[in-house]
Amino acid sequence: MNFAKIMKTAAMGVTTSVLAASLMTVSAQAADIIKIGAIAPKSGPLGGGALVTQWPNVELWSKQINARGGIDVGGTKMMVEIVEYDDKTNPGEHIKAAQRLAEVDKVDFIVAPYGTGFNLAAAPIYAKYGYPQIAVSAISDKLPELTKRYPNLFFTLGNTSSFSGSVVDILKDMRAAGEIGSRVAMVNVADAFGIELAEAARPRLKEAGFEIVYDKSYPLGTPDLSPIIKGAKESKPDAFIAWSYPPDTFGLTEQAIIQDLNVKMYYTAVATCFPAFGGKFGSKIEGVFGAGGVNQDSPAIQEYFKQHKEITGKDADGWASANTYVSLQVLEQAISGAGTKDRAAVVDYIKNNSFDTIMGPINFENQISNKFWTVGQWQGGKFRGVKSSNMDGAAKIVSKDGWK
Amino acid sequence: MDIIITGLLLGSTYALIALGLNLQYGVARIMNLANGEMLVLGALAAFWIFVADAISPLLTMLIVAPLSFIGNWLIYRFLLRPLVRRAKNQGQLEVDSILATFGMSFAIVGIMVSIHGEYFTYSYLAEPFQILGDTYALNRIVAFCFAVLLGAILFAWLYFTRQGMAIRAVVVNTEASGLVGIDVPRLSALAFAIGGAVTTMGGTLISTFIVLDASVGVVFTMKALIIIIMGGVGDIRGALVAALLLGLVETTVARLIDPGLTLAAAYAMFVIALLVRPEGLFGRKPT
Amino acid sequence: MNRSDTKSLFWGAVLLGLMAFVPLVADGYWMSIALTIAMFTVLATSWALFSGPTHYISLATAAFFGVGGYLVGTGMSDYNIDYWTMVAIAPIFGAVLAFLIGLATLRLSGVYFVIFTLGLAEMVRTLVSWVQNNFTGSRGLYVLTDLTEPDIYWCLLVVAAAVYLFGWWLNRSRLGFAMRIIGNDESVARHVGINTAFSKVILFTVSGFVAALVGALIAPRYTYIEPNGVFSPELSFIVVIMALLGGTGRLWGPIVGVIPFALLQEFINANYSSYSTLVMGVAFLLIVYFLPQGVVGRLEQLWAKRRQSSW
Repeated sequence: MNFAKIMKTAAMGVTTSVLAASLMTVSAQAADIIKIGAIAPKSGPLGGGALVTQWPNVELWSKQINARGGIDVGGTKMMVEIVEYDDKTNPGEHIKAAQRLAEVDKVDFIVAPYGTGFNLAAAPIYAKYGYPQIAVSAISDKLPELTKRYPNLFFTLGNTSSFSGSVVDILKDMRAAGEIGSRVAMVNVADAFGIELAEAARPRLKEAGFEIVYDKSYPLGTPDLSPIIKGAKESKPDAFIAWSYPPDTFGLTEQAIIQDLNVKMYYTAVATCFPAFGGKFGSKIEGVFGAGGVNQDSPAIQEYFKQHKEITGKDADGWASANTYVSLQVLEQAISGAGTKDRAAVVDYIKNNSFDTIMGPINFENQISNKFWTVGQWQGGKFRGVKSSNMDGAAKIVSKDGWK
Repeated sequence: MDIIITGLLLGSTYALIALGLNLQYGVARIMNLANGEMLVLGALAAFWIFVADAISPLLTMLIVAPLSFIGNWLIYRFLLRPLVRRAKNQGQLEVDSILATFGMSFAIVGIMVSIHGEYFTYSYLAEPFQILGDTYALNRIVAFCFAVLLGAILFAWLYFTRQGMAIRAVVVNTEASGLVGIDVPRLSALAFAIGGAVTTMGGTLISTFIVLDASVGVVFTMKALIIIIMGGVGDIRGALVAALLLGLVETTVARLIDPGLTLAAAYAMFVIALLVRPEGLFGRKPT
Repeated sequence: MNRSDTKSLFWGAVLLGLMAFVPLVADGYWMSIALTIAMFTVLATSWALFSGPTHYISLATAAFFGVGGYLVGTGMSDYNIDYWTMVAIAPIFGAVLAFLIGLATLRLSGVYFVIFTLGLAEMVRTLVSWVQNNFTGSRGLYVLTDLTEPDIYWCLLVVAAAVYLFGWWLNRSRLGFAMRIIGNDESVARHVGINTAFSKVILFTVSGFVAALVGALIAPRYTYIEPNGVFSPELSFIVVIMALLGGTGRLWGPIVGVIPFALLQEFINANYSSYSTLVMGVAFLLIVYFLPQGVVGRLEQLWAKRRQSSW
């Protein structure tokens, strides 16, 4: 008995030392491989979203490059090796993982995180080690201040003003065409994203002469969204806008169908562009607006969708998937353009050059790219971009006609 | 009117879940913090089987119930009974069982996350149904009917059979029950197992109209605990009334005040209950 | 002050001094881990001050931590108050919140308390989001400072020193004595004339104060404060595991649990990140069944046995 107790306490001490030692193992650094880290959620509230938008693109891109023999770095072709971590939608976890990538795995580059909060939390670490951070799913109104503070941080998806502004523009267009009146019901997820967008939208709506007849928020992860749709319906709106995240985008729409929320303009934000959204609701969501958009007729995009499905087995979404892929294309071209793995040179190259991507030519002014889709709409079973900042190929708007 | 009916529909499902925990805490004296996870397991089973084979969750309930019964019985027998034996008083048993069931809840969540880390979204009977001119989701109404049915069966068993009477006796006074010849350990195990099965069935039902994922178990555990404490531990009628009340309050707050305050409202109810009548609506004051 | 008191104070100071040197030798990655360890040491030790003697398992740590972080975020972003002022204000809010909760729940038995704290972080999160949405309406809570990880680490060490000093004073004070009696048998304590409710509330308030302070200090590390990030449900549970693992019988018990568990977590996250929740569950179960007094408690039992057997 005594022996067992001694063993237990000894085991405790040994385990501690072993753990500490194992954390110090340094992986061998091959000369002709580019190690690229990627940290994003695979579980937790944002896991679902990242598994649709971010992870497949990392897989697609790396497989395509390695199939081509690698990236040309100053005359040598180098293959790409991805080191992945799941941050479980926890910023503290994410920060530690980023440190681990930099110090233990010693990666050459890191794919930017998923989600505004995570990009910001990780920015200091990327800055400290000089990693270029080409952020995609990061929308903020403090872009100028952030880009000054973090000189290797790049933004590609726009800010809250252009986001909310586009939705208001659509409302104005539809009202001018006589399709809708001026009554708007607006709800938002009570998370930084939803709150910011609702905040940005309110003054714009008022200025454009719209009356906000229902204005409520709900916590992220609310399981029961029927009170919201019922409340919105009771306020007799002409248009319904929800600054929502994936779970609520689905939940609200399901309730809207059940309750038959009869509006000619219905907008939910994130995840409206997901293939699963179209898959779950079928023809019922014809005419639903959502965040993002994509030019379905562009040959480059069509080829991208095909490759995405073939190589990862999943369908790309109608918004940030393409942008994520573009950010990786930028990274690839910058590395081969700069001709080196040296991060400072690559960051410089990104700042000063233009890139040829599936979304057309992209370049950064003061680390901000001004070409992105803001609003898309489901038309004929496809999610098409209808409003954007400097993108070609916007489709015409159709109004919603019931939930059949 | 709409609010009242929606609130009752929601409350009935809460009631079923609370009944399960009531049996576990009232009889076996185990504060089972993994209760919410049992519920989510029921939801996961419904989701899985529905998505794979398009089998109705209502049928899944019949599969899930016996599995949950056996699982919970085993948990009681092998994980919790040692704690019961080890505990020198009720207080220590409570602390130990809280920690142990905590550990279990994490373990279960961990397993579920590795099976399916995202939301269990599926659409079952998501169609409109008219009652008195207002529209409700058909799946809620079906869930309500089944909750009432299960509740009625449970009630009948507890109040009209000898075993049920024995169980109610243990709730009133564990020691005295032992003295009159009731096999308390065996009944505790039985109650724990049945409680777990009822909760899992509740989970299957609730998943038809509410989207769950692996991590929301804790919120349901909390609500179930609030309900049984408000209603008086061990008392079925109390739990029922408290559950319906909670459903009504939540729905009212969500519709008339703000959807963001439902959890705060539940807590407010809890605090008021603790300050005004801590033994619950139907409970007895501790001697 | 007797000899053993002086000794423990001396060793405490030595240890603290050693820990202060860590940033000078550790690189970024180990600095991160050290910071995490420092953070949890403060949280676990202050948790144990209350939950140790009373056996009331508080799961409210995340709620206070979140409040601390959130207040810093909103103070800086919405009201342009500077960081250090917010660091001074936030813990007071945490203390007030703890005080109110204590008044409401600590007059009753421990079970009610645990249940209340179980969902508290969740509830505060939804409440805070609601307030932010409808009243402060901010456009993102940015905490942009020039503080580096070593700076935060040293702040935490100072707080840790304060907590240890407080704990040391508590053990020798009447309040600490009262808490031990309450923990052993509450009705006896009441009969002896101890105002049990008051004692419990005071200590709970202290733990709330400290947790909020830690939340405020860690805020700069996150840069962008989101309710989901700072009100992490896992935090409360991890603090409990660490404190119980180490043992709450002694002031320096929790840190014995913090260090190995933090390293274990890091190891699991680096290699098997999808199993971390499972690992936490197993850790809880191990503690309950095999180490109910924690490692320190076990060691002391062992020590006592050996001394006995030498007769």
